[in-house]
Amino acid sequence: MIRFSDVSFRFDNRQVLSNFTMDVPPGQTRVILGGSGSGKTTTLRLVLGLLKPESGSLLVDGQEIVHLTEQQMVPIRAKMAMVFQGAALFDSLTVSENVGYRLWEEDVLEEDAIEQAVDESLRFVGLEDTAHKMPAEISGGMKKRVAIARALACRPKIILYDEPTAGLDPINTHLINELICRLHSEEQITQVVVTHDLETAYRVADRLVMIQRGEKIFDGTVEELKAAEDQEIRTFLEPGAVLQTPRCFPYKGGAVRTVETAADSAGPLPR
Amino acid sequence: METVAIRIEDALKGYVWTVQEFARLCGIALAGAFRRPWYGQDMLYYMDQIGVGSLFIIMLTGLFTGMVLTLQGAIQLEPYGAIPYVSRLVSTSVVRELGPVLAALMIAGRVGSGIASELASMQVTEQIDALRAEGTDPIKKLVTTRLLASLIMVPVLTVIANGVAIFGGYVIARFYLSIDSFFYWTWAFEALRPLDLVYGLIKPLVFGFIVCMVGCYAGLATTGGTVGVGRSTTQSMVTSSILILMSDFFLTKLFIFLG
Repeated sequence: MIRFSDVSFRFDNRQVLSNFTMDVPPGQTRVILGGSGSGKTTTLRLVLGLLKPESGSLLVDGQEIVHLTEQQMVPIRAKMAMVFQGAALFDSLTVSENVGYRLWEEDVLEEDAIEQAVDESLRFVGLEDTAHKMPAEISGGMKKRVAIARALACRPKIILYDEPTAGLDPINTHLINELICRLHSEEQITQVVVTHDLETAYRVADRLVMIQRGEKIFDGTVEELKAAEDQEIRTFLEPGAVLQTPRCFPYKGGAVRTVETAADSAGPLPR
Repeated sequence: METVAIRIEDALKGYVWTVQEFARLCGIALAGAFRRPWYGQDMLYYMDQIGVGSLFIIMLTGLFTGMVLTLQGAIQLEPYGAIPYVSRLVSTSVVRELGPVLAALMIAGRVGSGIASELASMQVTEQIDALRAEGTDPIKKLVTTRLLASLIMVPVLTVIANGVAIFGGYVIARFYLSIDSFFYWTWAFEALRPLDLVYGLIKPLVFGFIVCMVGCYAGLATTGGTVGVGRSTTQSMVTSSILILMSDFFLTKLFIFLG
């Protein structure tokens, strides 16, 4: 369904992805884990065709998309939907207009059918009462759920999530995780979830990929990840155990460096 | 020395790149006017925003421009005993220069900066990417519609500004300078050639294009979060004002050459 083969991407002289390879079979939920700035979001943007790789091959639903133009990407994007990190709801439209946006734009369905699809999607995320509200009038967690409803309304084959639970409280995080799991079990939608939230990763993943500095350092199941002995993976999974003092910082290849402060050499700061 | 040369080279490359990207955006936006979808409702909305929304400030600008021009003109004409002919000065100055330029500058402040800040906010909150992800061409939906609305509404606003300015001149001429109404209006229209009216409509068309496209480009090119939004808004206002004044000079030279 989605296949990255040796994909590299560079932005402003910075290598964001290096020879990245990953397969996401139909109906699976693949989680991409990694720290901030590791290149996770870039993978989603490449799949959507919002960015173009400098080398490598990228197949979506069996079609090579690397050399497609913006116009040629339209039918490919019609098979996909993305839930952006900040939800990216259109400020000038109501919640229901946001959810039905693509259906209104495509102008294929009758008005009643579009309204029904919007209503069903909002019910799926439990927000049928907010249909006439503006995005500014709802909470961050609700925005994320509306973004999922928007993704769902057009019945995509693939849904991409960029940090779906970032900045949410535990209840909203739980709700979003359950929605992703339901879409997997009830609708068999292929999903790619980019996150650094381990609770979300463990809950929704069929398999996980871990990226550090644009390179894949792990590909396996949740159990395999938990059992991994690689220093860099352990630092990410249990930072408290590896970085034992406040002056420890992770370093390349999983090494730990300790920063000496002025207080270390000169004693405690005078009161 | 070498570092300075590299910096100058980078800055020049940056300017060339900006001009190239601006020209590309203009080309795509104009081409978008000739293909589906048409977004008629969006265009009507922007026409209302740009036209009706700017009407009050345009009328105020026109009124006071006409009034002050009449006062100043009368002072200059008094030594020659030509005060009654002040309407000639007002109508030609307003229709040929002041009306289009002042209206465009006011629209740049109100509409251009508004376009820039709105698109910049959409850019930094990923709404532009969301549009692309939803299969919508953001240039067609956000830029072409605004461009067409500007090309229609800026000339209309300019005509209104011109009319109100000449009327403002009449108020001063009639009630302060005691010039006969019939005399004022006769000489006001007598001084204008049909070509002045044509040129007076070509200028706002060009200015409307500049205001809208500079605002759209500044908005879409925004980077750097909320700081970037502020920077784009300022940049849009400054750039479009300078381009309006520069293009006015060259258009005037061209019209003088054409006769």
